[in-house]
Amino acid sequence: MINSKQKLVVIGNGMAGINTVEQILKLTDKYEITVLGNEPHPNYNRIMLSYVLEGSKTIDDIILNDLQWYADQGITLYTGKMVKSIDGENKKIHTEDGLEIDYDVALVATGSQSFILPIPGKELPGVIGFRDIADCSAMLEAAKTFKKAAVIGGGLLGLEAAKGLVNLGMDVTVVHLMEDLMERQLDREASAMLKAELERQGIKFAMQMQTSEVYGQDRVQGLRFSDGSELEADLVVMAVGIKPNIQVAVQCGMETNRGIVVDDLMRTSVPDVYAVGECVEHRGICYGLVAPLFEQGSVIAKHLAGAETEGYMGSVVSTKLKISGVDVFSAGEFITQPEHTVIVAKDEWKRTYKKVLLRENKIVGTVLFGDVSESASLQKYVRQQTQMTDEIYGQIMGTGCSNHGAKTLSAETMADDEIVCGCNGVTKKAIVDAINDNGLTTVDEIKACTGATRSCGGCKPVVEQILQYVLGDSFKTSAKQGICGCTSLSRDEIVEAIKTKGLTTTREVMNVLGWHNDEGCSKCRPALNYYLGMINPDTYENEGDSRFVNERLHANIQKDGTFTVVPRMYGGVTTPEDLKKIADVSLKYNVKVVKVTGGQRLDLIGVRKEDLPKVWEELDMPSGYAYAKSLRTVKTCVGSQFCRFGTQDSMGMGEVLERKFERLDFPAKFKLAVNGCPRNCAESCTKDIGIVGNDGGWEIFIGGNGGIKARLADSLCKVKTDAELIDIVGAVMQFYRETGQYLERTSEWVERIGLEEIQKAVVQDTDHRQALVERIEFALQQVEDPWKKIINDEDTRKNLFEVVTPSIV
Amino acid sequence: MIKNAEWLVVGHSKDFPIRIGRTIHIKGAEIAVFRTSENELYAVENINPHPKRGPLTEAIVSGHYIYDPLYDWKIDLKTGIVQEPDHGQVKTFAVCEEGEEVKVSLETV
Repeated sequence: MINSKQKLVVIGNGMAGINTVEQILKLTDKYEITVLGNEPHPNYNRIMLSYVLEGSKTIDDIILNDLQWYADQGITLYTGKMVKSIDGENKKIHTEDGLEIDYDVALVATGSQSFILPIPGKELPGVIGFRDIADCSAMLEAAKTFKKAAVIGGGLLGLEAAKGLVNLGMDVTVVHLMEDLMERQLDREASAMLKAELERQGIKFAMQMQTSEVYGQDRVQGLRFSDGSELEADLVVMAVGIKPNIQVAVQCGMETNRGIVVDDLMRTSVPDVYAVGECVEHRGICYGLVAPLFEQGSVIAKHLAGAETEGYMGSVVSTKLKISGVDVFSAGEFITQPEHTVIVAKDEWKRTYKKVLLRENKIVGTVLFGDVSESASLQKYVRQQTQMTDEIYGQIMGTGCSNHGAKTLSAETMADDEIVCGCNGVTKKAIVDAINDNGLTTVDEIKACTGATRSCGGCKPVVEQILQYVLGDSFKTSAKQGICGCTSLSRDEIVEAIKTKGLTTTREVMNVLGWHNDEGCSKCRPALNYYLGMINPDTYENEGDSRFVNERLHANIQKDGTFTVVPRMYGGVTTPEDLKKIADVSLKYNVKVVKVTGGQRLDLIGVRKEDLPKVWEELDMPSGYAYAKSLRTVKTCVGSQFCRFGTQDSMGMGEVLERKFERLDFPAKFKLAVNGCPRNCAESCTKDIGIVGNDGGWEIFIGGNGGIKARLADSLCKVKTDAELIDIVGAVMQFYRETGQYLERTSEWVERIGLEEIQKAVVQDTDHRQALVERIEFALQQVEDPWKKIINDEDTRKNLFEVVTPSIV
Repeated sequence: MIKNAEWLVVGHSKDFPIRIGRTIHIKGAEIAVFRTSENELYAVENINPHPKRGPLTEAIVSGHYIYDPLYDWKIDLKTGIVQEPDHGQVKTFAVCEEGEEVKVSLETV
């Protein structure tokens, strides 16, 4: 067999190299890949080493790609191999033990190592860096026999090492050259709070001390400082920075400075050799954090796959300290300069500190201590240099008793085994693993892989937060997502195309708009069916086979395959005659349960599919649409007809509205409530449209919901007459029909479109309101009762409801 | 195609419209028969492979896949295999059309 694949050799089996490989594999299969690593382990998550030291994770937990993964991907992996040289002229790589490997393209991902201070005694046993599994093991080992440890360096890594050693029972002193801890990421205030907190956790500090010597006989015994003082220590961890590994690059004459010099396409000075990660120097900067390497890897992957790429423009870096119970975050600029506008909130009781820096009202930097729940959004704002607005201010700084206070859980503080998606039992860990293992970047991919967000969708914001938290800087909110996996087009683009191109069937939409999947899926087919019908109410022929079972069979399917029938009771009012009929039919067809619904109707649960047409016929009542994306119920109170408090006839108005607007398709189910007085007994505040009678007329509320996304309705307007009420209700419904996304409830719709926009469209702009009313009236002319229709349609009745029992058998 | 199989006539061609499932009771078995847009017939056991069970006939049909009516699992009609991220398999049966007769064999494929 002729192998036409190009040979890609990756030097380095760390996060940068393998992440780049993963990104390449996603884009192209044109490379035959070989990976050379000098550690004996498969690829692991170096950032998590602090957790290994801390004891909350084991080494197995932080393995990113196990050996099976390399095998599955067809990658040849050599572990424990040191590369000796790169021969750029003959395109060969030589290892120390004599291996010679040809390449067409090479990728240097040699990473970095701990910077070891060039002081006397640095070679003594017991002096280590904090960089890899070996260092981590050395610390774990030392803690068993020794008591005193010194960590040189009060930066991120040093503090994490110190905390780990304290947890291992050692007496730890952090030696820091500067006045403030983490001075490259934190301002003085945050730094002081951090120091106080860490002291509380048992870490000692020797600030503004310069180490001049490590002393000891056979093993380290202590540090000596420039002022002559000494500190006893059986273990010294140097965490003063990192040094890019550039030996191999230097040897082959590659241009290097502090790191390997690369251009925006991550090319080194040697043709066909690229470099990525901490060994790299890009525009004069060597990054020592993980986020940039994902961005760099993505540029290389695109370039090597032959796709367009803008090139790497450098990264906005952010910092998060990984010590349990100490939350510190910073991104962008953090030291106050005269040109900054600074928002600060310091709370010494709660021990939190928040600082956001603005330049010309743009968010350019932040420091958070104690409460980092806004770190993901702030990081995004800093990267995009977002303009500060009232909403963002409210979100970040909190506005006391407003709705913003009820924020969702922070993804970072959530426990691994916490269930994120209650419907499908998906834990946080399952999601994080799926993201890491499969390189997922969108909520849809997580849905496809884990099932999270798939049922009710209520957990979507949390899943998004987790995604943002795991991906950090490489999270892109702008990634374009279509209405489902079959297309990248949005709802608006599809609706626009249906109108301008005059598309008339779901199949035509899919063909013309280039669906990936010829016949669509269970997500897009019902959506297209709705959009087409909404746009062309008179000419569109409903596609039953593109409807969810409930809407195709006009009853609710239950888990045992039987159905629930709910007859209409306008305004929740029925008669003794109807009740009698319902009772008779229920008995005759062995209905399992008769239940009162939340919307004041009666559920007849447990009807066999083949009995449905007969049940409808014998009930001889209109369909209650309890199964549909349509007007479900209008809940009412007793109102002025009987109630001593009632000011308006709520039962009467409820019936009028329900009769008028029933049977019309909506993007999602739609519920109304009408109250006779402001006591609100019919619970208008949790309905799509809630109507409250008062002494002089009605007040209309919209966007309420008591379900997945509980939300109190907003007051839309007050009206004086019943006619005006009916007009505005119709206009709201039509506006929602025309602008809503399929399955989007009004609670989400109101927030997306904006209450003011809706007020303008249906209240203030009376011409627009009139046009909406005319369009909904037109659509209403086309509807008919589905139960009656099926009773009279022999073919549909047979094909949809009858079970075939061949007589010959 | 299964040789020497016992083929049972289960209905007329027009009883099986495109992209609409039909339930068939035959020799104690309950089978869901689907006709795809490509005019191919498939027969599977009418029991959802989801742990909570339920019927399949009312699924949405797309190509040779169905989306089950209760849990939205995607199932390949050719093999009965449940697609990722879910797992499982539903029994499939041989089905053919001779003239205007639709026939099913109860021997599983």
